[in-house]
Amino acid sequence: MHTKTVAQLAQGLQQKEFSSVELTQCFLERIDALDPFYNSFISVNPSAALAAAATADEQLTRNNAGPLTGIPIAHKDIFCTSGMRTSCGSRMLDNFVPPYDATVIRNFGTAGAVILGKTNMDEFAMGSSNENSYYGPVNNPWDTSLVPGGSSGGSAAAVAAMLAPAATGTDTGGSIRQPGAFCGITGLKPTYGRVSRLGMVAFASSLDQAGPLARSAEDCAILLGAMAGYDKLDSTSSELPCPNYRATLGDSLEGLRIGLPREFFGDGLDPATGVAIDAALKELEALGASLVEVSLPHSKLTIPTYYIIAPAEASTNLSRFDGVRYGHRCVEPKDLHDLYTRTREEGFGDEVKRRILVGTYALSAGYYDAYYKKAQQVRRLIRQDYLDCFEQVDIIAGPTTPGPAFALGEKSNDPLAMYLEDVYTLAVNLAGLPGMSIPVGFVQDKPVGLQLIGQHFGEARLLNVAHRYQQTTDWHLAHPAMPKGE
Amino acid sequence: MQWESVIGLEVHLQLATESKIFSGSATTFGAEPNTQASAVDLAMPGMLPVLNEKAVRYAVLFGLGIGAEIGKRSVFDRKNYFYPDSPKGYQISQFLDPIVGRGDFKIQLEDGSTRNIGITRAHLEEDAGKSLHEDFHGQTGIDLNRAGTPLLEIVTEPDFRTAEEAVTYLKELHSLVTYLGISDGNMAEGSMRCDVNISLRPVGSDTLGTRAEIKNVNSFRFVEKAIRYEFNRQADILDDGGTVAQETRLYDAERDETRAMRSKEVANDYRYFPEPDLLPVVIDDAYIEALRGQLPELPRQKRERFASEYDLSPYDAGVLSATRAMADFYENVASACNNPKMAANWVQVELLGRLNREDVEISASPVSPQALSGLIKRILDNSISGKIAKQVFEAMWQGEGSADEIIAARGLKQVSDSGQLESMVDEIIATNTAQVEQYLAADEVRRKKLLGFFVGQIMKLSKGQANPQMVNKLLTEKLV
Amino acid sequence: MAIEQDEIEKIAELARIRIASQQIGEVTQRITEILGMVDQLQAVDTTNIEPMANPLDATQRLRVDEVSEGNQREAFQAIAPAVENGLYLVPKVIE
Repeated sequence: MHTKTVAQLAQGLQQKEFSSVELTQCFLERIDALDPFYNSFISVNPSAALAAAATADEQLTRNNAGPLTGIPIAHKDIFCTSGMRTSCGSRMLDNFVPPYDATVIRNFGTAGAVILGKTNMDEFAMGSSNENSYYGPVNNPWDTSLVPGGSSGGSAAAVAAMLAPAATGTDTGGSIRQPGAFCGITGLKPTYGRVSRLGMVAFASSLDQAGPLARSAEDCAILLGAMAGYDKLDSTSSELPCPNYRATLGDSLEGLRIGLPREFFGDGLDPATGVAIDAALKELEALGASLVEVSLPHSKLTIPTYYIIAPAEASTNLSRFDGVRYGHRCVEPKDLHDLYTRTREEGFGDEVKRRILVGTYALSAGYYDAYYKKAQQVRRLIRQDYLDCFEQVDIIAGPTTPGPAFALGEKSNDPLAMYLEDVYTLAVNLAGLPGMSIPVGFVQDKPVGLQLIGQHFGEARLLNVAHRYQQTTDWHLAHPAMPKGE
Repeated sequence: MQWESVIGLEVHLQLATESKIFSGSATTFGAEPNTQASAVDLAMPGMLPVLNEKAVRYAVLFGLGIGAEIGKRSVFDRKNYFYPDSPKGYQISQFLDPIVGRGDFKIQLEDGSTRNIGITRAHLEEDAGKSLHEDFHGQTGIDLNRAGTPLLEIVTEPDFRTAEEAVTYLKELHSLVTYLGISDGNMAEGSMRCDVNISLRPVGSDTLGTRAEIKNVNSFRFVEKAIRYEFNRQADILDDGGTVAQETRLYDAERDETRAMRSKEVANDYRYFPEPDLLPVVIDDAYIEALRGQLPELPRQKRERFASEYDLSPYDAGVLSATRAMADFYENVASACNNPKMAANWVQVELLGRLNREDVEISASPVSPQALSGLIKRILDNSISGKIAKQVFEAMWQGEGSADEIIAARGLKQVSDSGQLESMVDEIIATNTAQVEQYLAADEVRRKKLLGFFVGQIMKLSKGQANPQMVNKLLTEKLV
Repeated sequence: MAIEQDEIEKIAELARIRIASQQIGEVTQRITEILGMVDQLQAVDTTNIEPMANPLDATQRLRVDEVSEGNQREAFQAIAPAVENGLYLVPKVIE
């Protein structure tokens, strides 16, 4: 059962080949047995999961089921889950049990899905390797000496290791696509505003977006269909209706124009990765698409722009963690100042503190214009690059990352080197566009991801392109070997 | 040195919405602590603000009420600071693009002169919670019920020179916002709180001195006292050759003094930037024009109309138009009794005097406009004298019925029957022979004085009900 | 841009994060590197470019003024570090 896609599992459930309780039990057992090798989960609540599965089975019996009824799904531990610890990978929220659900969680609940557990992540989603978690790093299922990518590293590893059929993640600068690429699975970051941010612990409000990580584009379409939609409680949520993402998966790619930004194929790209990307593009060409070279002239500015805007927003989003109403509080504060400074010193890890300090600096008196305002202006230029490209092409494609997964510890002491990992993914968030990563091969047994970037609210087209590719290739079906020691 | 104060005011006005500016929690005053604090108000992780339409509407109404520019694209910003009553670690406010821009506010001082006060801006923001310093084992208790209550912060130019001007502005502002119905204006519940910026400069100078900001002065009287205290404090410092520190101070009403705040404001850097959880608020002309059409007659217009239409003094017109409830009450009385002058007199002297003494709002007056006009009508038709009318008013206040019912029940109707009066006059002349002789022997001037004695006796005899004009006439006829 | 250690201390104070004295040097070094990287932006000509706060340039929706939240104090305070009589407790605040 554990190798099946969500679409296959749904069919199995509806045809009563197995029950949701059996299915959920299967994954719980796998987590129990295998997750010690990966550390992809922070919290698992088997009794709650099995109870939800039993409820789903009743719905299935009554033939009153949707495509996700009874499907166990792992959620990044950034989504608030009522009655279940939501840590955001931080000591600050190690004891935080929210009394409410995120809209994403509620939407999955409405669709009948089962919460399998909460996955490991970089603290407050800040990281590209999942090494910044209070709960320890996650190991890449393809090679446990490698990072799984971040910040949704736990979700990507859990799906890749088949500890969950699918998972949710969030993507502020690549945090779904990059771990998706490193772990050889399919991940989608929707258009900003497509999925509600309510109840998702905020990192950078104008960049954060939730999306699915799964084994196939079809599964991503199923999950997005459940997650996405207007939420009146999120002012930045779009009122545009969602299409049926599955309905157009099989559309022809004939006439599709794919833009290849020359800036994505330059010096920084690992040559072997480039070869795998080229092969994938050839395959898309064979499916009827045409390849067009385009340019995104401000690409080299995406890292500095992002590393002002994201820390600036984060620095104030994280001010609420003050030890007063919930979460970590230092022991016996001697005064109010001590309560704040010690709680935050103890509660936050190094990278989070660094970003808070950078962001505070960028917003502080005398620097606002030179940093934050400047970055917001350049952000407009970056978006304009993409809008200009979309005058010429339908989607943009290129590598998700400059190279495959790197070794644990390799970059953890060098923030700047780590930031370079996001060079191809950041602009998508700055411009608010949808982006996907799909597995397209291996470099020395490490998965390679192809990034597809769509127009605002063009998720259906991206899913269609990815699905057609996956119909004629089987990279997405490859599984890592069982961990040694099993 | 002769000093002049330069004063600017920042008023934090609570808008009278049902729910908070960014959440669906109630704004009711006085609820149990933290029972009106939702996940949004508590800044729970992942919670997001959604803007209340009525808060926007009320801000625009205010802008229209003072003829200010309306910000057609206003932006919310985060104002970052750590304080336990500010749960997010920032306040959502408006910095560069407020919803109400530059406007003017004309005030009228007691001597009838007017001054124009520049309104710099008015912006929407959220209120903070409350810190309670009672003893919780040496700790402070935080109640976040008030957190997120919509505020309109109204900022003036430094256009005031005296405490009187500042207080007059506040009273007229209070009047305006209650007319507009955008705030309950309840000072005791903190619906209108004032920060005072004050600096001194030599009379005749046009440079500004260093200012102190006095926070959260919560009544008109305290504003006046705080300004007077601060004026003397700064003048003393400057007279001694010192310099005034730019600082935030608190007014302590119990000691009638201001003192520097020890916390907050330690090199504050609020790091304002556009709130990414909210989008720019765009207001179109249709929205503005629809609201303009809903504007009621405003205090200044009403004051001017009362003065011209009812021939009232500027002062009386000001008092009677101070609140919408007062103005409506007065106009109802005036039109029912068809004598605006008499109505003004009764509303202002008897009714307001009584309301103030008993601390009752005019909306809760036990004597209705209809009842009061019924009383005035009886004075006008000579059924009762002004003096008796005060007794009747008292009985009406006590709930004994209408003027007519009370006059009948107590037999207070004025005696105008000439036969009845004549016999009373005869009786008094007969029993006061000595005074009659004095009167007859006196000259014109003394006679007038002595006549008062006889009138008094007759009024006493009639228990005040004799018609004084008729008594006068009868006496002068008989005393010859 | 080089940033002095005392400036980092000031920023840390604004952000209410205590940094142990033995770490301040390293933190300063890291922040200096990051700020050096973002300084690339200074060379970009952004004359007349409107800052972009939202990638969709959307505008704010307004909510009808109605009370939709009831009292949930018990649930919220069950996860609070220190409460008494319905109030959140903090060390004495001095005004």
